[in-house]
Amino acid sequence: MNSVSIKSAAIFAPGFFANGPVHTALLIGSVVAVVSATVGTFTVMRGQSFAGHALSDIGTAGGAAAPLIPVPSIYGFVAVNVVAAALMDLLGVRSPRARDVATGIVLGGALGLAALFLYEDTTTTSNTGTVATVLFGSIFALQSSLIPVVAGFGVAALTITLLLYRPLLLSSISTDLAATKGVRVRLVAIAYLLALAVAVSLSALTIGAILSTALLIGPAATALRLVKRTGQALVLASGIGVAAVGLGVLLAYDSVSWTDNGQGWPVSFFIVALLFGTYVITLLVTRHQPHRNA
Amino acid sequence: MNGAAPGESSTEVLRVDDLSVRLGGRQILDEVSFTLAEGEFAGLIGANGAGKTTLLKVILGLIQPSAGRVLINGAARSRHSSQIGYVPQKIDLDPDMPLRARDLIGLGLDGHRYGLPLRSAQRNARIDEMISAVDAEKFADSRIGNLSGGEQQRVMIAHALISRPRLLLLDEPLANLDLRSGQEVVTLLSEIAKQQQVGVLLSAHDMNPLLPVIDRVVYMAAGRAASGSAEQIIRTETLSELYRHHVEVIRVGRRVLVVAGEEPAIQVLGQADDCADHDHGDQSNSN
Repeated sequence: MNSVSIKSAAIFAPGFFANGPVHTALLIGSVVAVVSATVGTFTVMRGQSFAGHALSDIGTAGGAAAPLIPVPSIYGFVAVNVVAAALMDLLGVRSPRARDVATGIVLGGALGLAALFLYEDTTTTSNTGTVATVLFGSIFALQSSLIPVVAGFGVAALTITLLLYRPLLLSSISTDLAATKGVRVRLVAIAYLLALAVAVSLSALTIGAILSTALLIGPAATALRLVKRTGQALVLASGIGVAAVGLGVLLAYDSVSWTDNGQGWPVSFFIVALLFGTYVITLLVTRHQPHRNA
Repeated sequence: MNGAAPGESSTEVLRVDDLSVRLGGRQILDEVSFTLAEGEFAGLIGANGAGKTTLLKVILGLIQPSAGRVLINGAARSRHSSQIGYVPQKIDLDPDMPLRARDLIGLGLDGHRYGLPLRSAQRNARIDEMISAVDAEKFADSRIGNLSGGEQQRVMIAHALISRPRLLLLDEPLANLDLRSGQEVVTLLSEIAKQQQVGVLLSAHDMNPLLPVIDRVVYMAAGRAASGSAEQIIRTETLSELYRHHVEVIRVGRRVLVVAGEEPAIQVLGQADDCADHDHGDQSNSN
């Protein structure tokens, strides 16, 4: 008995479960992980990882603009990403190549704005941590008042994705095939891109704009290698995402006691490292099984 | 009813009337007309660029014709169409796609619907029925991305037929198959056409694997089409008229070659448009 309690005390550093910011971080982080993993599973299946990553970088402009207004950064991320998604769709309607070019053009433009806004952030606001927060997130600094906002956006993105579940699958296989079945392929693509924009925004809020793809693609890519049914992939990816966020928060909290200066390591590092490690291990384990599900 | 055998009470599942398509100033289809009856297996034959894919897309409603009309089961096609089963040429099946063969077949029933899929005993029974109809029991629970080209074609055929269409269109289903898998797919389609009374229209650039089983040839050249039995169409006079150029129909064993006339310059027109495909044809001959 005694040894168990000592061990658990070592894993869960004192105060972990009583800490308000930790509660908020775990709650928001879990919601974001589920949304990102669900939306991300379709992102990977549809070959839109580049669009997903572009949106995460593009979000930097919104996150950087938010403190200048000022509004909470989530609104900046969502506004810029939704507009960018709409632009990407308008510019890149015809072919996959046009889609990539459109994504690249919008990405370049948004990063230019991000450079301007980040510069303004450092010169006009007193908070010098803004740049790091926008780029790399700060899950422990999230206000609990954001919980309903995150939940609202999360439910919206999840609803769109699950509503489009079958048409998305069908058009991933062949857009012509989907169109002949009466699927409004274009409408489905736009609606999905909007859900993707929201998911990436939520992810940016927790682990930062430029890392947010990790939460979108990592759990999904891992799950796709392990199971052979879409429903299973959604559940497994969500589980991996939630586990990585939870463990990351725990490790970041613990890491305060690892260093002499008591600053600890950033939680985004742990989350991304866990996701990356999980994917690499999965890849190694499944690499010799081309017919692993046959 | 051009071509329907007298006395046969065949219902027309597809009628194409004087169909023309102009895209960017080019005449892609030029007054194409033919019909297809239920249970009939037709080969849509022509070289690349002859207009086969465009014709299929017009029938599917993906391209609007500039003139002419398409009737399916005697009526203009409706948008939410379960009347046509379609197997596209290009399907994107990544090995990591988390979808089993049976899931893909099920999407043929309700893939266009919104919301999460609901499973029912009735739905599963119908899926199992299609799995056995295309002989896919062995790989029904495998990921589609892990299947061979021939196996994927079977799954796609089951996907296309599960909603009980009267008409099945296939765009170059043999293009990426080895000869044996191709032959199996053709035999399967021929059986399905007869047993389920489905009109089948299959596009191909090489007619030879199809000749033993098809009831009708729709031969395309430069956007024009000639339709009828193989004996009626695969003749020097008919094809020369279609190509508007003298071509020769040559029979080598059981194979048919369509070559350009004017003796020395032998260029294969009918079944291939380059040497690579010609070699491929020779292999099948020696097989």
